[in-house]
Amino acid sequence: MIAKPTIPDPLDRPGSQIGKPVSRVDGRLKVTGGAKYAAEFNTPGLAHGYIVSSAIARGRILAVDTAKALALPGVLQVFTHENRPSLPWFDRKWKDDDAPKGSPFRPLYDATIHHALQPIALVVAESFELARYAARLIHVTYEADDHQTDLREASAHAFTPGKDKGGFQPPPKPRGDADRALAEAEVSVDLQFTQAVEHHNPMEMHASTVVYHNDGTLTVHDKTQGPLNTQTYVCNVFDLSKDSVRVISPFVGGAFGSGLRPQHQLFMAALAAITLKRSVRVELTRPQMFSFGHRPETLQRVALGARKDGTLTAVIHEAVQETSQNENYVEVVVNWSGQQYTCDNVRLDYKLARMDTHTPLDQRAPGAATGIPALEIAIDALAAKLGMDPLELRLKNYTEVDPNTGKPFSSKELRTCFRQGAERFGWHKRSHAPRSMREGRQLVGWGMATGVWDAMQGQAVASARLGIDGTLTVGSATADIGPGTYTAMTQIAADILGLPIDQVSFQLGDSNLPMAPLQGGSWTVSSVGSAVKAVCDRLRDKLAGLAAGLNDGPLKGLRADDLVFADGFLIAKADPSWRMSITEVMRANDLLVLEDEARSIPYYKSQMQHALGTHSAIFAEVRVDEDLGTVQVTRVVSAVAAGRIINPKTARSQVMGAVVWGIGMALEEESMTDQSLGRFMNHDFGEYHIPVNADVHDIDVIFVEEQDDIVNPLGAKGVGEIGIVGVPAAIANAIYHATGKRLCDLPITLDRILEA
Amino acid sequence: MRAFSYHRPDSVDAALRGVAGQSGTTTEAAVKFVAGGTNLLDLMKADVMRPERLVDISRLGLDRIEETADGGLRLGALARNADTAHDERVQARYPMLSKAILAGASAQLRNMATNGGNLLQRTRCYYFYDTGTPCNKREPGTGCGALTGVNRIHAILGASDRCIAVHPSDMCVALAALEAVVRVSGPRGERTIPFADFHRLPGDTPHIDSNLAADELITAIDLPAEGFADHSTYLKVRDRASYAFALVSVAAALEMDGQTVRTARLALGGVAHKPWRDPAAEAELAGRPASLESFRKAARVLLRDARGQSHNAFKIGLAERAIVRALAEAAGVEHP
Ligand SMILES: Cc1cc2nc3c(=O)[nH]c(=O)nc-3n(C[C@H](O)[C@H](O)[C@H](O)COP(=O)(O)OP(=O)(O)OC[C@H]3O[C@@H](n4cnc5c(N)ncnc54)[C@H](O)[C@@H]3O)c2cc1C
Repeated sequence: MIAKPTIPDPLDRPGSQIGKPVSRVDGRLKVTGGAKYAAEFNTPGLAHGYIVSSAIARGRILAVDTAKALALPGVLQVFTHENRPSLPWFDRKWKDDDAPKGSPFRPLYDATIHHALQPIALVVAESFELARYAARLIHVTYEADDHQTDLREASAHAFTPGKDKGGFQPPPKPRGDADRALAEAEVSVDLQFTQAVEHHNPMEMHASTVVYHNDGTLTVHDKTQGPLNTQTYVCNVFDLSKDSVRVISPFVGGAFGSGLRPQHQLFMAALAAITLKRSVRVELTRPQMFSFGHRPETLQRVALGARKDGTLTAVIHEAVQETSQNENYVEVVVNWSGQQYTCDNVRLDYKLARMDTHTPLDQRAPGAATGIPALEIAIDALAAKLGMDPLELRLKNYTEVDPNTGKPFSSKELRTCFRQGAERFGWHKRSHAPRSMREGRQLVGWGMATGVWDAMQGQAVASARLGIDGTLTVGSATADIGPGTYTAMTQIAADILGLPIDQVSFQLGDSNLPMAPLQGGSWTVSSVGSAVKAVCDRLRDKLAGLAAGLNDGPLKGLRADDLVFADGFLIAKADPSWRMSITEVMRANDLLVLEDEARSIPYYKSQMQHALGTHSAIFAEVRVDEDLGTVQVTRVVSAVAAGRIINPKTARSQVMGAVVWGIGMALEEESMTDQSLGRFMNHDFGEYHIPVNADVHDIDVIFVEEQDDIVNPLGAKGVGEIGIVGVPAAIANAIYHATGKRLCDLPITLDRILEA
Repeated sequence: MRAFSYHRPDSVDAALRGVAGQSGTTTEAAVKFVAGGTNLLDLMKADVMRPERLVDISRLGLDRIEETADGGLRLGALARNADTAHDERVQARYPMLSKAILAGASAQLRNMATNGGNLLQRTRCYYFYDTGTPCNKREPGTGCGALTGVNRIHAILGASDRCIAVHPSDMCVALAALEAVVRVSGPRGERTIPFADFHRLPGDTPHIDSNLAADELITAIDLPAEGFADHSTYLKVRDRASYAFALVSVAAALEMDGQTVRTARLALGGVAHKPWRDPAAEAELAGRPASLESFRKAARVLLRDARGQSHNAFKIGLAERAIVRALAEAAGVEHP
């Protein structure tokens, strides 16, 4: 069933659930332990797998001696490339919904080692502890080849990728002559940037519990951002039909992109379950969380030219990113630099360099989180050189259309973000000169940056079931990796049918539910929310029709538009005393349940004519210890324009969490590679630093008003990623203001400040 | 985790019988004491340490903090780090120690961690923890991965070409400055080990961390009467504001005579295989005015043999600034 898009209408009426700071509907389950995660589903006879990881970065396995492990009572099997069952040969069987161009990694496929920590064997035993012990008794001999994990060296052979991944757009063709304009510019800056590798490191480690049923069917509990993606992968790789694999993953303890692709523990658990005809769980350890996708290391150059009045005359942004030998992982890094500011001469260049690592993987605001800070630090450097306030420079070159395409934005309240953010922060009190706001040994600095992210929508389907008692169940096979999807969807459904929140429930994380795209890219509210709205609109129309058809009823002959749905009633707008409860309408029609399903389809036509994006302005205050180089981010104001905010409470949490990550990106996070071993070394939470409470001070989130009838029927753009974009730049710019040091290599650890 | 047996005696004698007959140092022993378990169990799970038998010493009654005859304090080996740091006597008489303990780990860990265990916690070198890499400390003769690898957190003083790991403790840095004494029981009776002699430099035997024998138990740590309560501090420099090991830390303690330093104690953490003290640097301070200039001089003396690796040379300059800052704070000198 295809539902026509409707105009955003019923959402703003009094009593609306949309826009209310509703507490998480699953909050109680989460804090009481009632919410079950992939590694928490127990079943009789469950066996446990432990993965053995490669000690070398490239080469071949010569031999795997499993005898000692197999000799232990309770060890069921050791799977390696030597004894694995037959697996498909064609790449397309291994592809998932987020796979870029190339040949996906195949665990246990052959003796080849492609990257350090590659999974090379799976021990399955009666207990986790036994499997782990047995794994240590396995002796592997290798023949090592030279490896390349140094991006600077690898970039000598960088190449320009094509449209190698869904959602990726190669940079637009150059406009004007940016190199010449730069050379002739009255004022210019030319900076080099590095972005370190970051691993997603959600709190919950990747895990899959595969329950084996006697008839050979599987129930899979997987840490995933898309149950259907997991289902397709398992079916394709193990040659199973869709009706013999059901994925049930109601809760995910964070993912940030790491669950967009099926990870190798899923393969391992399914392989073992199918082969041993037993239920099997495989959970990664924290160090093994550093064995797959990551935010790629990136080298960038941003050069800007301007006239003395601040008019931008040249923008050059070049980036080289790592990818693996087997796939072309691409993300939009540089394109934003042609979109943010009006400028006639723009050259954007994006390349990939192959390294012996696992394929990188989308991580919160992939591309923008890396590219925008480079641009926004360069803008700050230009402002400093011009002697201009950085906010003024941004306003001077503000654009209402996307200069890359010439299309107008469907909405862009960035000016309002600038104004409200600056006001809240007190930006006008900033003294212009660096090192001018000292407090004892602490150098105080204020910086700002702009953030941007796409507003996307995909197709999705939702089903709904309304009972005569007025309880409504809506469902779609999306995930909730933490943003509050359960809550937002419940609100949308409750809103449209005028039901109290506690009469509505939303189901997700089940491959039996109607189709939803992967949860990522901040498009779940937009895509799935629109489907929920569509199916609830249909139920609403049906109810209205049923009520209208009751000859002796008070709503006879009225249409849906003539009614308000509130508190479980259908109420005539003309006279609120003409009303019927949902129960009355259904009873009068001899109905116990009303069911429907609807697909939402983006407004392709109007969306194609516009640029669609969320925007933000970030203001940060830092205190830098002059002697020790330590940095405290004492204040952040993030003003976000993201269309209609479905739930200001969960949305605020999203942005706050993203700002915290932005602090980490700016100052702490880095997976450090030992180049001689080709291996990430700081692979635990003791040494891979993310912000702790003591690093986080005031974070103030503002959502500015923004109307948008084009992005989707809800007018809501999604806030999952916008919160992180630009934060590292605001902090780096504040550090410049505090110290006079321009730092372009992230993370800005204290040694970098001391040595600059 | 390898299979091991477990035993929980309720007297010191019984505990000692549990480890009796082992030779060599405690680091290499096959039968090990377990106290809070916050370090040992992690290392066992990572397959870095493989004891065959654990003797749980949590019920030996060694968890008290008591006055000593010479006016000092005796910290039980099994007293928790948190209880020690929050003990009123420790706070009043040894504030530097309290501060150092509270600068370490997290509240949860400090609630479990014991004073004896803190002394014997092992390095946080990445290579030591990763059994897929070479490490002379973990497996003698395999080489030092850090030497040619990632060594931002490693030693600048007292390292050898076999090992550049650092001792990670904060508490021990303050104990070194206080010249605490480690009380030990063993088959040969009781003995005391001056703090400076407790830990070792890596030399050719980096797999041995301390001079405690394999059949000995730490029963207490004695603090001398002088606690430098008026003029001391602990400064820890790290990559985030909490819950990170020291890149450099300084325990600074002074006896002042007006504006003149009478005696000084200076210990550095995060820079060597043991808390680092240097009599020459302390002598440099004695009898001199408490000024930034003389603090800087002393720092330079202390760091005169410091040597950086590919990623950690910054620690030398950082240590100098941290020493000056800590001494200034201890002396109450205004830092302009
Ligand atoms: C994530 C993390 C962060 C940390 N951060 C810091 C930090 O910033 N600063 C810091 O200083 N520390 C830090 N620590 C380390 C912590 O302080 C130590 O783990 C703790 O002090 C060890 O004490 P325990 O009682 O748990 O020792 P256990 O783990 O029980 O034992 C450690 C060792 O000591 C031996 N042992 C224990 N007691 C005795 C005894 N009485 N006699 C003889 N041998 C004994 C054991 O056999 C074992 O070899 C951190 C630890 C973790 C896990």
